Amino acid sequence: MQGGAGGPYPDQMGGASIFQRLEPLLPAVRKPVQYVGGELHSVVKDWESCQVRWALMYPDAYEVGLPNQGLQILYELLNERDDVLAERTYSVWSDLEALMREHAIPQFTVDAHRPVGDFDLLGVSFATELGYTNLLTALDLAGIPLSAAERDESHPIVVAGGHAAFNPEPIAEFIDVAVLGDGEQAAVAITDLVRDWKAAGRPAGRDGLLVRLATSGVAYVPAFYDVTYLPDGRIQRVVPNRPGVPWRVAKHTVMDLDEWPYPKQPLVPLAETVHERYSVEIFRGCTRGCRFCQAGMITRPVRERSITTVGEMVQRGIAATGFEEVGLLSLSSADHSEIAEIAKGLADRYDGEQVSLSLPSTRVDAFNVTLANELSRNGRRTGLTFAPEGGSERMRKVINKMVTEEDLIRTVATAYGNGWRQVKLYFMCGLPTETDDDVMQIAAMARRVIATGREAAGRRDIRCTVSIGAFVPKPHTPFQWAAQLDHETVDRRLRALKGALTHDREFGRSIGVRYHDGRPSIIEGLLSRGDRRVGAVIRAVWEDGGRFDGWSEHFSFRRWENACTAVFEGQPVSLDWYTTRERDLVEVLPWDHLDAGLDKDWMWQDWQDAISGEEVEDCRWSPCYDCGVCPSMDTEIQVGPTGRQLLPLTVV
Amino acid sequence: MSRTPDGPPPPPVVQRLRVRYTKRGRMRFTSHRDFARAFERALRRSGVPIAFSAGFSPHPKVSYAGAAPTGTASEAEYLEIGLAVSRDPRRVREALDAALPDGIDVVEVVEAQPATPSLAERIEASSWEIRLPGVSEEEAAAAVGKFLALDSVLVARPTKDGHREVDARAGVASVRLGVARNPDSGWETGPCATLNLVVRHSTPAVRPDDVLTALRRAAGLSTPVTPVVTRLAQGLLDEASPQDERRLLDPLG
Ligand code: SF4
Repeated sequence: MQGGAGGPYPDQMGGASIFQRLEPLLPAVRKPVQYVGGELHSVVKDWESCQVRWALMYPDAYEVGLPNQGLQILYELLNERDDVLAERTYSVWSDLEALMREHAIPQFTVDAHRPVGDFDLLGVSFATELGYTNLLTALDLAGIPLSAAERDESHPIVVAGGHAAFNPEPIAEFIDVAVLGDGEQAAVAITDLVRDWKAAGRPAGRDGLLVRLATSGVAYVPAFYDVTYLPDGRIQRVVPNRPGVPWRVAKHTVMDLDEWPYPKQPLVPLAETVHERYSVEIFRGCTRGCRFCQAGMITRPVRERSITTVGEMVQRGIAATGFEEVGLLSLSSADHSEIAEIAKGLADRYDGEQVSLSLPSTRVDAFNVTLANELSRNGRRTGLTFAPEGGSERMRKVINKMVTEEDLIRTVATAYGNGWRQVKLYFMCGLPTETDDDVMQIAAMARRVIATGREAAGRRDIRCTVSIGAFVPKPHTPFQWAAQLDHETVDRRLRALKGALTHDREFGRSIGVRYHDGRPSIIEGLLSRGDRRVGAVIRAVWEDGGRFDGWSEHFSFRRWENACTAVFEGQPVSLDWYTTRERDLVEVLPWDHLDAGLDKDWMWQDWQDAISGEEVEDCRWSPCYDCGVCPSMDTEIQVGPTGRQLLPLTVV
Repeated sequence: MSRTPDGPPPPPVVQRLRVRYTKRGRMRFTSHRDFARAFERALRRSGVPIAFSAGFSPHPKVSYAGAAPTGTASEAEYLEIGLAVSRDPRRVREALDAALPDGIDVVEVVEAQPATPSLAERIEASSWEIRLPGVSEEEAAAAVGKFLALDSVLVARPTKDGHREVDARAGVASVRLGVARNPDSGWETGPCATLNLVVRHSTPAVRPDDVLTALRRAAGLSTPVTPVVTRLAQGLLDEASPQDERRLLDPLG
């Protein structure tokens, strides 16, 4: 039965499982286990007894989507509410997509295999813009019209979240609302609004609900804003077209992470996924001020989770999951005010227990090596990663990554001296003001790293891997005005660098170079800083078969390029216009009406400082420099130290 | 300087337990790797005192007997675990069963006495149930008859790098029309024949899928809907059982 199609409201007859029709198809597809659900801590609730029903989607394959922290947190906290039901759905691979189309099976949730079209809300979390085409596949399979304007009351409200939601304009046509910032309280607020609207008899229908969502300020409803353009292609104005709708929509910020100790019952998949570990976010936000980093800019200010809560979460998380690895997550985990105590406390607690601890931190200093030593106390010391990001000292000043070459060499020598055999260095290519020479300096640095490392380790068999990504300017960063470097130049610089290193007699064998071609980054750039006119390109690419654009084996630059040419024909805009063009202060940016709290004048000044190579300190340990976030969002820095310690666990 | 783990070596195995478990319902879609990961996590959650190997990446002492292919259900999968502390096998069964997802059910745990033959030595064949939705008993019986009359049926099995020829007939100890255990289960309406198949674990192994391919190619069977395959038992062939209906001896018995 196709739930929902016949009734006045979908929930009165929807929610029937499609599993009986799906099961016979599964033996014919790759990795069928990803579609069957039944993971430990997955939840199936009674459809009828819940008032608000969420389908939560990560628009990528199950193996990538399942471990996503944001989605797991929402799944758990929504399901904790008696009258709310949340199920998960992921992108299906093309083998199953074809079979589903052939057998008229709709996009389904993996929990109870219900049609996604039967839910009240479809929440989609975008970590990257390259998931946009997968959104369209899911909508289409679900029987939800691609254009929000064509949806009626039988269709779910499509909610976009995640970092990409800070500029949802390219997908404005396809979504009903976007939620900016932390999702915990926002998801609860939206749930309450939907429940009340349903209980009141759905006044004014779908439009009435959207008005409630927009006027309460909880979400951005693109349809309630009109965008006009100047003859040269730039945006003229973005104006609300409804009374009561705010001119600017602000992000959500959760204060006091200790009050939100999720995930408590993380999903334990049967299928293999990209991260198999229990992850705890030890703090949110980052104020190091790296100018390229959107995550750091849009998640301010820093809010730490206390050492005690981290300890309790790890203890419960391991007991609940049986995972053998614990990840201490954040944007720069070595920066937690009590990270040394957390690392030592956990290492002591789990000594001899076959639990390994990992801490994604790429900070270039000796303390980071000390931390890594502590965490690998009884494990193998394979690889350590550092991220100087810029190849030359000048470049690092431009991006505000305050690391001198001496610091870096000393740090890496310490690592090799402590028994680490392999060091990975992350860089970016295509940064503003970059020259060929800035990139070639990466080679000089890598040679010094190996030379010094051989001395420190007293052996020659050490390795260094140089990993380079192409820089993509992002909204809500000081580089939002910058020209993206064309992919031809990026590729030429990287080829030259690779050539210099592989032909190096003395060091070449010890240095590996990894980079991807620059073309996907251009499309990421288009989707990151695009406006509503880019939506037609996304649709054209999808219609042409574009899927899983984040996977190099599925990405086709030609397809995107052709779609841009066709769609922008006769318009003043183009792929280059969106990517390699520098903007100036007076230009209205597509995301100016979306408020991450950052003061535009401060950001512009920081952009000017970048060009002249002036650095800015971290406001955690130097005075506030008025980026604007704390006063405009009514938030404040929350950091320790608390002075507390993790006590040994008593054996039961 | 190369590092070695500090501290004493891990405690030795003091008790070996043999476990029979199932892959029922949607759990049939788990691969052997999926199962192994889930099982090792269940060990940790359940607090069963599993022994570990020495070294930087200690492994829990678990050895698996040949696993049913992904997509096939099973009532009879086997493994053996080594414990560092002796435990009541009944308690271990309950703890593991509770810690594993529904459908992966731990049905039997027995202690392996010292000097008994290994699990591998006690398993030489599998018995399978194949349900054929959309196939009548007459059609199935005719195909089985033709198949049994042949000495050898070579089928090509797709592998990572091309194809591999397997003699599907040679591995079959017996095959006959049977009666389904749960005739009402599944989605099918209309006819649905059931086959009981006993296959020797030879090298290269003959899988139920290979026999189905042979039945289609050489004996004219057509299967409109994907057949559902379940392993019912594993063990040594019971020499006392009739030639056309082989039975197996319980490897934990
Ligand atoms: S407003 Fe001041 S204290 Fe707050 S994040 Fe910005 S610089 Fe830091």
